[in-house]
Amino acid sequence: MSYYLALKEVWRNKGRFLLIASVVALITTLVLFIAALAEGLASANREYIEKLNGELLVFQDGTQLSTTASRIGRQRIAELRRVEGVEAVGQVGFTTVKVVPPDGGADINVAFIGVEPGMPGEPPVIAGQQIERERGNNVIVDEGLVARLGTKVGDTIRLKVTQGTQEEFYDLNVVGITDRRQYFFQPAVFAPLITWDKIRPDSSNAPNAELVSNIAVVKLRDPASQAAMAKKIEQEVKDVEVADRRTTWEALPGYAAQQSTLTTQQFFTFFIGVLVVGGFFQIQTLQKVAQIGMLKAIGLSNWTVSWTAIIQIVTVNAIGVAIGAIGTLALTSNFPVTVPIMLTGTTAFASVLALLAIGPLGGIVSVFVLLRIEPLRALGMA
Amino acid sequence: MIALEAINVTKIYGTGANAVTAVNDVSLSIRRGEFVGLVGPSGSGKTTMLAMLAGLLKPTHGQIIIADKDIGRMSEGKRTKFRGQYIGFAFQANNLVPYLNAQENVELLLRLNGKLNRQSRQRARELLERLGLGDRLKNRPGQLSGGQQQRVAIARALIHEPEVVLADEPTASLDTERAHQVVQTFAELIHEQNRAGIMVTHDLRMCKYTDRVIQMMDGRISRVITDRREILRLAGAADELDGHAAAVNGVPVLAGDPLVAVKGI
Ligand SMILES: Nc1ncnc2c1ncn2[C@@H]1O[C@H](COP(=O)(O)OP(=O)(O)OP(=O)(O)O)[C@@H](O)[C@H]1O
Ligand SMILES: [Mg+2]
Repeated sequence: MSYYLALKEVWRNKGRFLLIASVVALITTLVLFIAALAEGLASANREYIEKLNGELLVFQDGTQLSTTASRIGRQRIAELRRVEGVEAVGQVGFTTVKVVPPDGGADINVAFIGVEPGMPGEPPVIAGQQIERERGNNVIVDEGLVARLGTKVGDTIRLKVTQGTQEEFYDLNVVGITDRRQYFFQPAVFAPLITWDKIRPDSSNAPNAELVSNIAVVKLRDPASQAAMAKKIEQEVKDVEVADRRTTWEALPGYAAQQSTLTTQQFFTFFIGVLVVGGFFQIQTLQKVAQIGMLKAIGLSNWTVSWTAIIQIVTVNAIGVAIGAIGTLALTSNFPVTVPIMLTGTTAFASVLALLAIGPLGGIVSVFVLLRIEPLRALGMA
Repeated sequence: MIALEAINVTKIYGTGANAVTAVNDVSLSIRRGEFVGLVGPSGSGKTTMLAMLAGLLKPTHGQIIIADKDIGRMSEGKRTKFRGQYIGFAFQANNLVPYLNAQENVELLLRLNGKLNRQSRQRARELLERLGLGDRLKNRPGQLSGGQQQRVAIARALIHEPEVVLADEPTASLDTERAHQVVQTFAELIHEQNRAGIMVTHDLRMCKYTDRVIQMMDGRISRVITDRREILRLAGAADELDGHAAAVNGVPVLAGDPLVAVKGI
């Protein structure tokens, strides 16, 4: 009975219900877009750190997990390697340089990351081979760069570095490609640490000075012992601060602020959705008071009447969400890679679930109103 | 056979100083195949009585028996179900579901009682044809005239073969000619289908289609007319006075009514 009435009413008032479904569709699009943007920005920022093949990151003490402020030298690395329970340690350095596109377009900024071949920090390739040599011009690039430049294994890329007032150019051989490992919104180029140290700007290193990187990546023998090992390392190695990957990326500049802004926006959009949908159905319900009184008088139960409303609100809402979600998927899949929009299965799924809750949430008030309509109304009483 | 019985029914609204006795110790019974008109001045308790007979309102005292059940004692849920099964309704207005067509509105009661099948649909169609709506089956209420809507309501009140059929001012929004048509067919169907019918009306002319007229006054039954000639005389007098004029200050003027003397008519 409820299904019959609910669907008949929707069907016979297609225009009105389509209108509200399209409002839901627009809200869905907006929520998914914000979700995709949040996800896209977040991963463009943290991808490299998130995918690191080591559980802990070691920073210079007092640098508050800043990869730019922190300095870790060979000495510390040696000490780290001696800590019981540590399987491997890799030195990692970050800087930003420009890549000159072969076809002469504008230079693009890349994260230039120095890693120790074979050690934690060097990403695994999905094409070509690892860096392997401690020195020389072999580099790995991430798919972010491939997407922008179409780089292939065997290509040469040209880096442009500004040392003081002078521009220097370095040609590097791409020996391997890794999946997307952007860092700080930039595609990544991975070079042997020694090469990185030579190329990076502001390398004021005197010859023979200790090889200094920004951080160390530690791979543990037992990944489950993360928290205990972090403490242990801080105790046994002087002047270091240890964090896990999540803590590190959450401390990236602007990361937390950006994410909470976007989450707030998402929440408000969702909230607006609840109000709009709830308001629409509330107005509908108020217009139907006489009709509902009559239906209750002739024998329809409270349950039937409420269920009818719930079916309508859920159906119309779901149709709106479906239209919006499909539309957004179609749209986002056509965005250029440079736009940080990323609709992953989980974020999309979570958002869609939340959006589907708009209907029931918005409908609660209507259902209460429906429950309180007296059948006596049919006789002009009550 | 008695279809509906009210035994010493009283309804008091409110409590203490604000208490209003709308219906005061009323007993009545209606047989199958009998069509009763309920009349009386405004505020005399007609609607209150009808609401109790319909199982829409619990009496303060007394019993209302339909199909051997005291509907005053039923829980809210049970009474709702009972109404759907045993009672047919035709209200003054807002009778029909606006998004269902004539046929679907009538079938609603069959659907509600799980009796919707080929035969019953056929019956619904025939009933609507009988009521002169054969070419309006697929029209929604918005596309029907007031009289047509009330006829659909009558079909709906009867289609599920209820024990009792209740009508509350069913002709209030119709012109005289339509009102006669509607009530006449209503009476015919009640007699044919052997239902117990009650109609509350202000229009005494409509009483000519009823078998008994019950007049209420201050919450009590003040008069019952069963004599056919007496009923026709009442309706005829009302007719000459153009129906509503027969109700002076809402008090129906009956031949030999002591009220006539009181009001000085
Ligand atoms: N919900 C209520 N609360 C308090 N008093 C009420 C309520 N409903 C009706 N009454 C009172 O009960 C009495 C009977 O009312 P009822 O509506 O049954 O009269 P009626 O005969 O149907 O009148 P009318 O011809 O005007 O429709 C009136 O005095 C009315 O004011
Ligand atoms: Mg009344």
